[in-house]
Amino acid sequence: MAFSAFASAPAAAEPAVRRRSWVALVLLLPGILYLLLFFITPLVSLVFTSFQQPVIGGDIGQYSAGFKWENYTESVTQYLPLILRAFGYAVLATVLALVISYPLAYFIGVKVRSFPLVQSLLLTLVIAPFFISFLLRTLAWKQIMSDEGPIVVALKALSVFPNDGHITGTPFAVVFGLTYNFIPFMTLPLYATLERLDVRYIEAGNDLYASPFTTFRKITVPLSLPGIVSGTLLTFIPAAGDYINASGDFLGSAQTSMVGNAIESNFLVTQNYPVAAALSIVLMAVILVIVGLYVRRAGTEDLV
Amino acid sequence: MAAGTFAEKGADLELVGITKTFPGFTAIQSLDLFIPAGSFFALLGPSGCGKTTTLRLVAGLEEPTAGRIVIGGQDVTATKSFQRPVNTVFQSYALFPHMTVLENVAFGLRRRSIASPLEKAHEALRLVELDHLAARRPGQLSGGQQQRVALARAVVNRPALLLLDEPLGALDLKLRRQMQLELKDIQSEVGLTFLHVTHDQEEAMTMADTIAVMNKGEIEQMGAPEELYELPRTAFVANFLGQSNLFTGEVSGSTPDALTVAIAGQRLIIPTARAPRRKGTVTVGVRPEKLLLLTSAPAPSSGSNALGPGRVIDVSFSGVSTQYTVAIPGAGDVVVFAQNMVFGPVVHVGAEVWVSWNVEHGFGLEDSVEEAAAGVQDAAAAQSADADTRTGVTSSVRA
Repeated sequence: MAFSAFASAPAAAEPAVRRRSWVALVLLLPGILYLLLFFITPLVSLVFTSFQQPVIGGDIGQYSAGFKWENYTESVTQYLPLILRAFGYAVLATVLALVISYPLAYFIGVKVRSFPLVQSLLLTLVIAPFFISFLLRTLAWKQIMSDEGPIVVALKALSVFPNDGHITGTPFAVVFGLTYNFIPFMTLPLYATLERLDVRYIEAGNDLYASPFTTFRKITVPLSLPGIVSGTLLTFIPAAGDYINASGDFLGSAQTSMVGNAIESNFLVTQNYPVAAALSIVLMAVILVIVGLYVRRAGTEDLV
Repeated sequence: MAAGTFAEKGADLELVGITKTFPGFTAIQSLDLFIPAGSFFALLGPSGCGKTTTLRLVAGLEEPTAGRIVIGGQDVTATKSFQRPVNTVFQSYALFPHMTVLENVAFGLRRRSIASPLEKAHEALRLVELDHLAARRPGQLSGGQQQRVALARAVVNRPALLLLDEPLGALDLKLRRQMQLELKDIQSEVGLTFLHVTHDQEEAMTMADTIAVMNKGEIEQMGAPEELYELPRTAFVANFLGQSNLFTGEVSGSTPDALTVAIAGQRLIIPTARAPRRKGTVTVGVRPEKLLLLTSAPAPSSGSNALGPGRVIDVSFSGVSTQYTVAIPGAGDVVVFAQNMVFGPVVHVGAEVWVSWNVEHGFGLEDSVEEAAAGVQDAAAAQSADADTRTGVTSSVRA
């Protein structure tokens, strides 16, 4: 052991690089196969579908292979408001989730750090909603916010709400539902970074004349940036494609439809597969571009 | 502190009746302390003695349970950490990992809107000879370099009071020596008040003008390093700061100039000025390097004390000096440090010897016999804890 210190570093490193690690390849194989089968194949299939054209005189939902790139221009022009709305709602829900989750994660990860029992209890509470189905939870909120539900009735009784007012079916209800459903995805990565945050940096900030707010802005936030980035991505990406909250059956209405609802109805209701596929790819591309720009802007790779 | 300006010079620090209790234990018990402006003050004590808590109280990172903290005549007890004209060099350095070295150093200047922060930061980095690494991140520096950045980051603000929390602990011996001298230079150059917390007695003695030895949340003794070493007041100080031979006996006679204490059937003379306890059972001591080892009974002399005969039970050679342990019936084991004036030890294990020392070198303790016993135990515990960490280091090096 002790003699390895005397060996020159390159000599020690070279054999390790040259040696083929078959074990690693074998271990990677299931993952690679899985990705090929369940990610690459459907993706390629989706791209082909998006260029298909209707069979002349065929049934509804019958398409043949082709290169109908108009599927893209048509679907984007037709559904542009829904695409914009989807990203608008997703951004809003992500920001709200961040504003709600950050103090929560900070409290659990930093303030009650010395009480592990309280910490686990609070974390369980954050995850607890996951024990109930996503659909059931969203339906429950629909009940609570419905026109006969306690909130609307109470607001009307207090005359702060017009008699013909609704909550369900409004953008508020949809953004609320998205925020609520994705909060754990925001809280957990934030907690994971804040739990490891060294409070001595905060003390050093205070010692160097930074007020608590400045310390938060200049030290706590930059140091928890990895958590903020992963939390916002885990919230934003699924929220942008979500079609449950915005659907008329749940918290939304026709006026709050998002691009996810358009994809769903094209695939399942009108069986317009090429348009649905084209919309899916557009959604994916836009998300990729936004996420790429965001991660580059956040510059998390700079963090040691 | 007013924004945009530096402190003119160092400030006094005064702690009045500071008490700090944590759930379950008292870290500091009604501590009073005055540190004059411009001095280099060391708080020395074993881990867990409350010295770091004291520092954190002064920095504003903890709130005292009772008492007042006054810096430069202003009561700052109620103010927050960022409002105090104080900077700390943390034991862990706590350099911000997401900023460059330069931005780390400029951080405090920017917060106080001081003109041309980057220029001043470069200047401070030049002072610690690290300006060429200004663009690096702290994670890319060695421990010693990080330590110097931490120092620059604190000194650049010209705080009225600079707090150092064992900042040299992680450095190797050579670098530590160098940094000790540099710190001392910086202190005299910029004229700040330094409050240095350490468990390393050598470091405290090399650097500080005044040392306060702390044990169990209280200050045992305070004074200049020479004074503490030559005239310890308590058994804890006598054994934590260097080593001492302590003897307990009855005062059997006194003149205005000297006390006579009966120990092991012999009479030891202690100058009255060096003995605060002058009646009953007292503990007196002498430093091991002040002892002379004799192979025949010394002729009685009014100028020196002698104990013996005893048997040498251990000889250990350490280069510059040799440490002899002599068992003297009635007086216990006596440690003697002798300079190696000849090649090898002068006497061997089993030899019959006497020890003698100049009367002027003896000292009496303020401690009662029980207090002295407790103090000796505390110091031994502190030293063995210290030795544990040291052997831990060596064994890991060997592995």
